[in-house]
Amino acid sequence: MITQPTSIELIESVIKFIEERAAPQLKDRDAFHARVAVNALAAIKREIAGGQAAEDAQTARMVALLGHDGDWATLNTELCGKIRDGEISPTDPALLAHLKASTIDQVRIDQPQYAGLKTLAG
Amino acid sequence: MDDLQQALTPLAPQLDAGATTVVNLRRLSGGASQETWAFETDTGAPMILRRKPPSATGSGNAVPLATEAALIRAAAAKGAIVPRVLAESAPDSEIGEAYVMARLEGETLGKRITRDPPFETIRPGLAAQCGKALAAIHAVPTEGLPPLVTSSALTELEKYEAVYRGSGAERPIFEAAIRFLRDRAPSLETPVLVHGDFRNGNIMVHPEQGLVGVLDWELAHLGDPAEDMGWICTRSWRFGGTKPVGGFGDYADLLDAYHAAGGREISLERVLYWEMLGSLKWGCMCLTMYMAYASGADASVERAMIGRRASETEIDLVALLEQAA
Repeated sequence: MITQPTSIELIESVIKFIEERAAPQLKDRDAFHARVAVNALAAIKREIAGGQAAEDAQTARMVALLGHDGDWATLNTELCGKIRDGEISPTDPALLAHLKASTIDQVRIDQPQYAGLKTLAG
Repeated sequence: MDDLQQALTPLAPQLDAGATTVVNLRRLSGGASQETWAFETDTGAPMILRRKPPSATGSGNAVPLATEAALIRAAAAKGAIVPRVLAESAPDSEIGEAYVMARLEGETLGKRITRDPPFETIRPGLAAQCGKALAAIHAVPTEGLPPLVTSSALTELEKYEAVYRGSGAERPIFEAAIRFLRDRAPSLETPVLVHGDFRNGNIMVHPEQGLVGVLDWELAHLGDPAEDMGWICTRSWRFGGTKPVGGFGDYADLLDAYHAAGGREISLERVLYWEMLGSLKWGCMCLTMYMAYASGADASVERAMIGRRASETEIDLVALLEQAA
């Protein structure tokens, strides 16, 4: 993979451009969308940095929970089906531990400032 | 706009004693189904006009404006803190389907109400004011109201489950919440008038008087009184505040004031049920808004990014599931 620049550096340069040069020229709805665009880029940056590790950990937990190997998508579909059909209770401690770890990882990527993250992750 | 100003003029005497015309008409906001205008009478009385644009096709769940106006009047008659509705206008009139209400002074932005210093003194009493307002709204006799849909916990759950299934998403946290809520759905004993969108953001709050008006009635229906309580406690509407009711108050403040004002006994458990359903509902709404991006109907970055806010509701759902387990 090319690292001059890295994808993180590219995203950072675009964030900087929007915040320092473009956004000050915009108003109303466009200014709001520029802020959302910066948030989106920041989430992508965090996903590049930590997304794969979070998915790998999720897969490993689902393997333990469901008792067999598989890729993330197949295991996730199976888990959804088992909860829907009542085979795994929504208050099952092992399920909740998996859901908790997964959502903490996801919100750390999507909205790390969200107050609910502090509530659950401490 | 000149036409609209002219069409409003004959209403002036009805809006404020001695008024003969209206002035300073300006558009505040408007979507496809709803316009909001501000103006004053020539005597200086501040007004709001809510109008359905002539071209509007009507939107999904929203009640007609005439119904909205009738419900606000009925809630006012029970002593609820709501805007004063002063005039209605029929769909075939020059103004079109609309109503005029006295414009209130205050703040609706949830973040300011929850966090800004000007609201510090009224904040401790705000949840009780909300409880009192809900008691009055829920006490409105349902006979004689315009037609409204009736929905129970189960019908609300099924509505949002259908949205989730239709999105094609596979999210185990939504599955767990749906299953949990389905197994514990409370039955609807005596349906009451439910505001349907009672949350921080839809209440007008004055820095000295606190709650001065319950706004945004378009999702009103008949249902479970705990629905309105659960929605204002839903974590998505706490705006960074640490307290459960709108980010500014405690459950007991809301429930005690509700009972003191004649509201029926409602358990905290039932409020928490609707709070969880509220998080699921907002999560599904985030998915719906994202789908407008995915389908090409709205290509804005805002519609795309709101899909990522569904994960906020997931973290709230897990916290509630853990608490209930």
